[in-house]
Amino acid sequence: MAKSNKPIIWGTFAAGGEVVSLITPVIIVLILFAAIGRPPSALGYEQLHAFAAWWFGKLVIFGIVFLSLWSQAHRLRITCFDFGLRADGLVATVFYVLAGAASLWLILILSSI
Amino acid sequence: MMDVQLAERQAELEVLRYNPEIAGEPKFERYSVPCKTEWCVLDALNYLKDNVDPTLTYRWSCHMQVCGSCGMMINGEPKLACKAMLRDYPGVIRIEPLAHFPVERDLVAVADDFIAKLKRVKPYLIPSDKRSLEEGEYRQTPAQLKRYRQFAMCINCMLCYAACPEYGLHPKFIGPAAISLAHRYNRDSRDGGRDERQEELATNEGVWECTFVGACSEVCPKHVDPAAALQQVKVASTVDWYLEHFMSWVKK
Amino acid sequence: MSRNPYVREVSPTTWFFRMPRYMRYMAREVTSIFIGIFTVIMLVGLARLSEGQVEYENFLAALRSPVSLVFLLLALAFALYNSFTWFNVAPKAMPIQVGEELMPDMVVAGSHYVLWVILSVFVLFWAGVF
Repeated sequence: MAKSNKPIIWGTFAAGGEVVSLITPVIIVLILFAAIGRPPSALGYEQLHAFAAWWFGKLVIFGIVFLSLWSQAHRLRITCFDFGLRADGLVATVFYVLAGAASLWLILILSSI
Repeated sequence: MMDVQLAERQAELEVLRYNPEIAGEPKFERYSVPCKTEWCVLDALNYLKDNVDPTLTYRWSCHMQVCGSCGMMINGEPKLACKAMLRDYPGVIRIEPLAHFPVERDLVAVADDFIAKLKRVKPYLIPSDKRSLEEGEYRQTPAQLKRYRQFAMCINCMLCYAACPEYGLHPKFIGPAAISLAHRYNRDSRDGGRDERQEELATNEGVWECTFVGACSEVCPKHVDPAAALQQVKVASTVDWYLEHFMSWVKK
Repeated sequence: MSRNPYVREVSPTTWFFRMPRYMRYMAREVTSIFIGIFTVIMLVGLARLSEGQVEYENFLAALRSPVSLVFLLLALAFALYNSFTWFNVAPKAMPIQVGEELMPDMVVAGSHYVLWVILSVFVLFWAGVF
């Protein structure tokens, strides 16, 4: 039996799991402040735009969103199987294509800021 | 009072019975067994076989959590019957053969699949440099021993397979104990067989069917922590994959 | 005597109801639905940011709908559950041996929690919440 190519995705899943676990709760808290009408200063247009225009800011945003996309796409694939959706090949294709398209979109957005 | 009298208890057992010579589904049979409160479930089964129904079939050998033969589902949880104490089960005790395995007869699970998988992963020392008898023993420091010792504690009782839902859903999955034992030899300083074992472990049926439910480690009676072994195999296999592919690109 | 093993089928859609530990596992897997949707919200926010101030302010205003608020609260709960389950099992994937002894799981898991607290407080400060 041939060796699996799952490591490609699992690498991003493991790295993404680590990053998401450490950073996502606090980002949700920041967005929650905006949702109750009290956006923290960093979420203001000027500040956030300046951060995303800075090369290091771009790198941070790209790292977080890219790894979050791929780790969650991978876990969603497994979740579908665990709920009884047996068409694993199709499910995997759909989620990975979505994550790939979203990653491209992310690159386009960041390069236009 | 020096009189050591163990208290008595009438234990209610519901035991799954299956006779392969008679067509039909397994059925629960109810028994009321006079027990000592200090007994384990295996003692109650032995009483049942000796005094009530000699046809009751189950595996056991050591009665001391070493042989790994008496694994069964006790109130839905994979347990060694010799480690499941009656005092922890106040109500009716429901006993079934280990989940996820076919039933041979009564409480005996068919172990053929596990045995075949165990062979495939070569769970034995493949020395990195072969030594003749004259050259003496393979030496190992206590630190090198500690690297794998925990994974060497496995007694092949198969409780982890009965707990692992992924094994239940994909019967081809090599599974927790076999991969943990392969990992035990991979981490052994005297061993050089990792590449051979990776041919089985790094496949889709190998470690990649694991989704880290962690149930295997929770039920393991010897604290082997198979879930840890499998995650370590995933990390190592991922590093292998990236190295193999990047190296072949670099060479081009 | 011929063998006639009896196979008990596992239900692919209801297996996780059998044990509480399976339910805890499924709760961890389901976090991906919430964190996945939240990631898409972040992407949309970034897209609006790149389009200009008016579009971005509209995005912030849209966050204030009750549906969004409820979703974000749920997403926070699931994200925290994901974080804690991740930190707790992190030691399993990376055993660290110092000298002869293997580091206890507490050390690796504990350092994850410490790092998480420091990082979260730092981000809150940086963002101007305090």
